Amino acid sequence: MNTFYTRWLGGKKGAIELAVLAVFILVVMPLWLDIFRLNLVGKYLTYAFAAVGLVMVWGYGGILSLGQGVFFGIGGYCMAMFLKLEASDPISTAHQTTPGIPDFMDWNQITHLPLIWEPFHSLTFSLFAVILVPILLAYIISTAMFKRRVGGVYFSIITQAIAAILTILVVGQQGLTGGINGITDLKTIHGWNINTDSAKYILYFTSGILLLGVIMLCRFILSSKFGRLLLAMRDKEDRVRFSGYDVANFKIFTFSVGAAISAIGGAMFTLQVGFMSPSLIGIVPSIEMVIFAAIGGRMSLIGAVYGTLLVNYGKSAFSESFPSLWLFLMGSMFIGVVMFFPNGLAGLYDVYMKKWVEKLAMKVKKIAVPGKLNSVKTEL
Amino acid sequence: MSRNKSMLAADDRTDLTRKVSALSLRTRAVLAVAGTLLITFTANSFAAEPATSAVDTTHLAVTDKVVTVGQLHSATGTMAISETGAIEAERLAISQINASGGILGRQIKIIQEDGASDWPTFAEKAKKLLEENHVAAIFGCWTSASRKAVLPVLERDNGLLYYPTFYEGLEQSKNVVYTGQEATQQVFAGLDWVAKEKHAKTFYLIGSDYIWPRTTMKLARKYIETVLHGSVVGEEYAALGSTDFGSTINKIRLKKPDVIYAAVVGGSNVSWFKQLKAAGINGKNHTLLTLSVTEDEAHGIGGENLAGFYSAMKYFQSLDTPENKDFVKKFKAKWGADAPIGDVTQAAYEGPWLWKKAVEMAGSFDTDKVVKAEESGKITFDAPEGMVYLEPNHHLKTRLRIGEWRTDGQADIVYTSDYIMPNPFPKGY
Amino acid sequence: MGGYSISDLWSILVMQGFSGLSLFSVLLLMALGLAIIFGQMGVINMAHGEFMTIGAYTIYMFSKVTQQYFPSLMPYYFVVAIFAAFGIAFAAGYLVEFLLIRHLYKRPLDTLLATWGLSLIMQQIFRTVFGAREVSATLPDWLMGAWKPTPDIDIPLNGLFVMAISLVVTAAVVLFLYRSSWGLKVRATTQNRIMAGSVGINTKKIDRVTFAMGCGIAGIAGATFTTIASTGPTSGSLYIVDTFLVVVFGGAGSVIGTVASAFSIAQAQSILTFFLTNAMGKVVTLMTIIIILMIRPEGLFRSKVRKH
Repeated sequence: MNTFYTRWLGGKKGAIELAVLAVFILVVMPLWLDIFRLNLVGKYLTYAFAAVGLVMVWGYGGILSLGQGVFFGIGGYCMAMFLKLEASDPISTAHQTTPGIPDFMDWNQITHLPLIWEPFHSLTFSLFAVILVPILLAYIISTAMFKRRVGGVYFSIITQAIAAILTILVVGQQGLTGGINGITDLKTIHGWNINTDSAKYILYFTSGILLLGVIMLCRFILSSKFGRLLLAMRDKEDRVRFSGYDVANFKIFTFSVGAAISAIGGAMFTLQVGFMSPSLIGIVPSIEMVIFAAIGGRMSLIGAVYGTLLVNYGKSAFSESFPSLWLFLMGSMFIGVVMFFPNGLAGLYDVYMKKWVEKLAMKVKKIAVPGKLNSVKTEL
Repeated sequence: MSRNKSMLAADDRTDLTRKVSALSLRTRAVLAVAGTLLITFTANSFAAEPATSAVDTTHLAVTDKVVTVGQLHSATGTMAISETGAIEAERLAISQINASGGILGRQIKIIQEDGASDWPTFAEKAKKLLEENHVAAIFGCWTSASRKAVLPVLERDNGLLYYPTFYEGLEQSKNVVYTGQEATQQVFAGLDWVAKEKHAKTFYLIGSDYIWPRTTMKLARKYIETVLHGSVVGEEYAALGSTDFGSTINKIRLKKPDVIYAAVVGGSNVSWFKQLKAAGINGKNHTLLTLSVTEDEAHGIGGENLAGFYSAMKYFQSLDTPENKDFVKKFKAKWGADAPIGDVTQAAYEGPWLWKKAVEMAGSFDTDKVVKAEESGKITFDAPEGMVYLEPNHHLKTRLRIGEWRTDGQADIVYTSDYIMPNPFPKGY
Repeated sequence: MGGYSISDLWSILVMQGFSGLSLFSVLLLMALGLAIIFGQMGVINMAHGEFMTIGAYTIYMFSKVTQQYFPSLMPYYFVVAIFAAFGIAFAAGYLVEFLLIRHLYKRPLDTLLATWGLSLIMQQIFRTVFGAREVSATLPDWLMGAWKPTPDIDIPLNGLFVMAISLVVTAAVVLFLYRSSWGLKVRATTQNRIMAGSVGINTKKIDRVTFAMGCGIAGIAGATFTTIASTGPTSGSLYIVDTFLVVVFGGAGSVIGTVASAFSIAQAQSILTFFLTNAMGKVVTLMTIIIILMIRPEGLFRSKVRKH
């Protein structure tokens, strides 16, 4: 229990923060918002997966990956392929030239299901694919790069190029991936309709709980010796290497974990929104995921969630009323976060709010258990 | 003192006739007219404003005075350039309808949403319009991708969409009216014309790598090979947004086709035509027929790069009919003398009018009733392009025109086909 | 091969070779500015594309003004406008360096993010000032058409023009870097910033001028683009990934590297898009670059730069 408390929940401070977030997502939001807006928030929560992944990879690992959209997209597409096959059973597609295959393949005059789609008939395989394919890709990329000590800016640009390539590939292979339209019109998962209101509620809660679980997992990883090494590596890589550790392996591991987390987000996105499109794979969405993490505080897992929600809320609200103003705002946010608020919302919280919260906690504690003092732990 | 009713009547009758005949002729005339007017107004006020409960049984945004519709186009992003014309046309149509009394006595109010050239956003905004705002109809979308993203939302929430772009066909949804041409309407008549007028036997097909050009070219190839007995000497697709056509132009030069048949979309169009011109390929020494250049694109490409090339569209701004001249005049008065008016813009203009006619025929705003009216085959509209007929398959029966581009960015119409039935699911293709 | 005759093949070779050279000049112009900035200061400028767009819009403005007020000067405005494009982009770069970049030298990843934000702001400014629609400059007549050395071969004139410009610009850059006192100072700062400072070189000023020069060259690149494509607020983002790859592939900070990288990438892409389809050619080129980078991450030519 003690290990669980300190390492998974992050001690008293961490547990409180996690609890507040949990209440916010799982209780406040569903009560406050109607199902349409809640569904939107559910979508934002899936972006938060990528942001949390980036906190691991970038905030702690020092690797600025500008291609998280790639992994988000792969997870999303794997799930979409399964759902699409389920929605394309021979009965509902009887009007097509070739029944039993997805509609976009029919429009592209394809007459039988491509080999690569066949395994996605199985839910188990698809679920494994959602996690394993991105990990595999991340492993290959990061091994090739980190073993040769390519880092920093070079790596970022290459992740960008990979995002660009994947977009071109997906858009170009219309018969295989639905092209620029994406894979649309998804209906059921194992017979359960994902489009009803009750389904939306269930999926929302599932995303929320999964997100909290992922945060706890990351906390666990970071609170181990590995977490300390990661921080050391980010700041002074050579010294860690001289101490005998294989820096590359740590980076590869972190990058792969980040990829898997993003992929889960992608799969949940497909389930909640009902389709998947290449506009989530490319350079622009990948950089947006970075800004979510940056605004939330690149070192704060919880902050990443708030950052994502805030930025996306702003996007919806502003783009409706002031579309031109929004782009100025977003650009300034990038600059502002880099120049003035490097630790984002979490940093602001630390500077302004934490004192009050701690005082409050102390007061409560004093009243509750007089004589016992709190020790301040490093926050995760 | 109450008199007996029958006695009153008799007395009154004689009293009245005596009184009336005592009046002068002029007074009698005035009374007659006033009486008629009174009766007409009373009758009209009952007929023009049927109670909301009668015209809306599905809880749409309809009140006694106002009906709300949604407009869903890209105001920002890469597609903003193309969709601006559609937004303007729909607004013009709606303001004209409002000025002439509205629909079923109700003025139309617009909620405008921005799809931001991002298909997931289109789906999200469509959901908002239907589930939060309960609009009676949506005028919107431009690319097939945006329409495909919105379609499941429309079908689930039983909404109505009026879609203005010429597209690849292979679709026929109960919830959509396609005011743009589908592929067979654009392709076959145009190929017939170029084969006859230019004695074309060999074709080079080039398009952007996207479903519309690919489907269109597949239709074209089959038609060329089986009906025209010609041959396709090359078929190529450029990545969306690509600007490098050097290799393609070299290949064209080598194969020397009789006709270059093009369906390049978006920004690539500009590079394509500029590089053709730079390579010495122009309207004087080559025949090029394109399916994707309207006045909007010509504005960006520059007339000097298009001169002598041909477009196959159902509408050109230069169409010389009184209806079109009036439309162009009103459009430019509202949106500026520089505003180009292309095929999609005109098709967007048709949307609100067709909806008005369907609603009036159905006597209701309910989607199912409106759809039934639309599928009756009796809805027609005297559009700027000429008379159009809404067919039961939700598409329009229209004509195809071939326009030859001038250096000023306008096209001379060199051919008008007969009316072509829309056939979104052609057999054998 | 594919039913072509010998003379056909010869024509293909010449014309494709020329397309390749044309693409090479385009890539070179785009990448040169970035290579200078990256090599000199380790700064990745994600707004590089937007400086190119500044140059393109400058040409557009000049073209409009000339057409309206001085129609007789149409044949001449273009060359003047190119100089103006350099100047305006240079000034904008100078300002940006002063306001933003100089605070971020030690933090390359942060510079990346900040300049991305800058690019968004610049795109919105373009949109507000020039509208969302793409615009085209009216080109002078001497740029249109083709040169026909033989009846079968058509060499587009604007392609020749772009090549000429890139040769001139590259030569100018090389002369500047290796033959002028400014260039000496720049190279000194690149190799050993601290020593250069102790010797009395104003490294801050050098950085500012270098950045501005890189942006100015981007402006010229954008200006030449108006001959092949139209200009819109987001035109810059079309080329940014290619530009970065050229720079990284060439080995940052090396002019020779950039030239070699641009040449090989251009030729490869040109040949591949001839034999494969347009989209696949691009994908194969990009993937090959990435694979080569994975094997040899420092690029083609590594320059001796001390890590900051």
